Amino acid sequence: MMNLLFDYTVVSRLHPSSFLIHPFSIILPRMQPSLFQDTPQTFTVSKLTFLIRKLLEENESLQDVWVQGEISNLSRPASGHVYFTLKDANASLKCVMWKTSAARLKLALRDGMEVEVHGKIGIYEPQGQYQLYADQIRPVGEGALYQEFMRLKAQLEAEGLFDPERKRPIPELPRKIGIVTSATGAALRDMLNTLRRRLPLVEVILAPSPVQGVDAPPALVKAINSPILQSSDVIILARGGGSIEDLWAFNDERVVRAVAASQVPIISGVGHETDFTLCDFAADLRAPTPTAAAELATPITIQDLAATITNYQLQITSLTLNTLSAKQSSLDSLFTQLRYLTPSRRIQSESQRVDELSRRASSAAFNRIILETKHLEGTQKRLEALSPLAVLARGYAVVTRKDDGSVVSRVAQASSEMKVRVSDGEFEVKKA
Amino acid sequence: MPKSSTKKSEQPVEELTYEEALAELEGIVETLEGEQSQLEEAIKLFERGQALAARCGVLLEAAQLKVKQVAGDQVSAFEEESE
Repeated sequence: MMNLLFDYTVVSRLHPSSFLIHPFSIILPRMQPSLFQDTPQTFTVSKLTFLIRKLLEENESLQDVWVQGEISNLSRPASGHVYFTLKDANASLKCVMWKTSAARLKLALRDGMEVEVHGKIGIYEPQGQYQLYADQIRPVGEGALYQEFMRLKAQLEAEGLFDPERKRPIPELPRKIGIVTSATGAALRDMLNTLRRRLPLVEVILAPSPVQGVDAPPALVKAINSPILQSSDVIILARGGGSIEDLWAFNDERVVRAVAASQVPIISGVGHETDFTLCDFAADLRAPTPTAAAELATPITIQDLAATITNYQLQITSLTLNTLSAKQSSLDSLFTQLRYLTPSRRIQSESQRVDELSRRASSAAFNRIILETKHLEGTQKRLEALSPLAVLARGYAVVTRKDDGSVVSRVAQASSEMKVRVSDGEFEVKKA
Repeated sequence: MPKSSTKKSEQPVEELTYEEALAELEGIVETLEGEQSQLEEAIKLFERGQALAARCGVLLEAAQLKVKQVAGDQVSAFEEESE
């Protein structure tokens, strides 16, 4: 407390306002002149530092700047942030790169390395120190490469090499896949593993080629143009991750033109997700990585194929069952028709007719019998009326000889013993 | 397509490549989907289709990635580095 108070009085005594105005009005000719002219006052350190910071941050050219220098005092503490000093013969600049930007670095930084650093100038207030907040670092000379990249890109684009209409579709189920890459890289291993997992039915034809250095572009062109590779269904042009210079062969005009001229569709898979090469623009399909290129080259996997086969199997089973049941039902309806038309039905109806007839026949016969019986009775009655017994009842008698039973109708026929039949019986008589 | 699939069916399934078996199987599905065929023919197609599907399954099971490399105008075997 005492100290602060003392310091303050010392500061105010040693820095009269007239002295303060002078240097800052030179640095800040147009900035808030009234602040200094009209209100001669003493700043706190924080306030002053804030003003300086504002000054720096409002200067656009300081907020988007490339600085070239040599790295020294490189430090990478556990926080993941990177601290270093960039220096040349006459000056040095404190730099900090936050963890998130540092994670994207492709360059292995080391002391003594000559680099170009991009970032913005700011102030670290606790130490009153201005510094560069870096977000990108590239090797010296890369800027020139970038210019060349942009020039060639514009030229080839103008020629139409990158036109979307030029892009050919990638076959869905390739049999032969050509691969142009280094025979020894992890990229090849990753791609083969991916293909093995996704579609082991394919035949891979590798055209090995160096993928970096001065020999790479002509070798890549030769590999792409190899007639054996040009007879495959699709070609993957790939390289694992690396610095921009490592990937540079894929920006070589010869290689880009070979990609564009290929008879077979080409999938490029060069570097990482964030890397774009001119080959990517010329290729029929750009994959972010070699592994992704292998995936894009096999849109249909063996699992899809197995599912399709199973599906076909179910389909032919159900279609065949449908056919069978259709046949069955038409058979059934024929049976029904046949049953309706069957002779047994006819026989039944005929037999019924016979029954009916026989019933009618027997009833007719019965009636006839009754009739006949009645007739017989009448006849009997008439017969009875004619019977001699009826004559007897009227008082006549029939006389027969006892010995031979013959009727005595004349006297001469009479015998000694005779029978006399009257209406209710007979008796014997003797001739007198 | 529908008729030709039955003609091609002379070839034993064991001799067919995956692509041939698949193409024929697709033809059979199309035929069965199409006009009502004779029962005997439908059953024959069904049996042939089952055999083709089984053949495809076997080929998928057994599939092994073949890797060759260009050597001049020829291709030669490519020895993968073991991991």
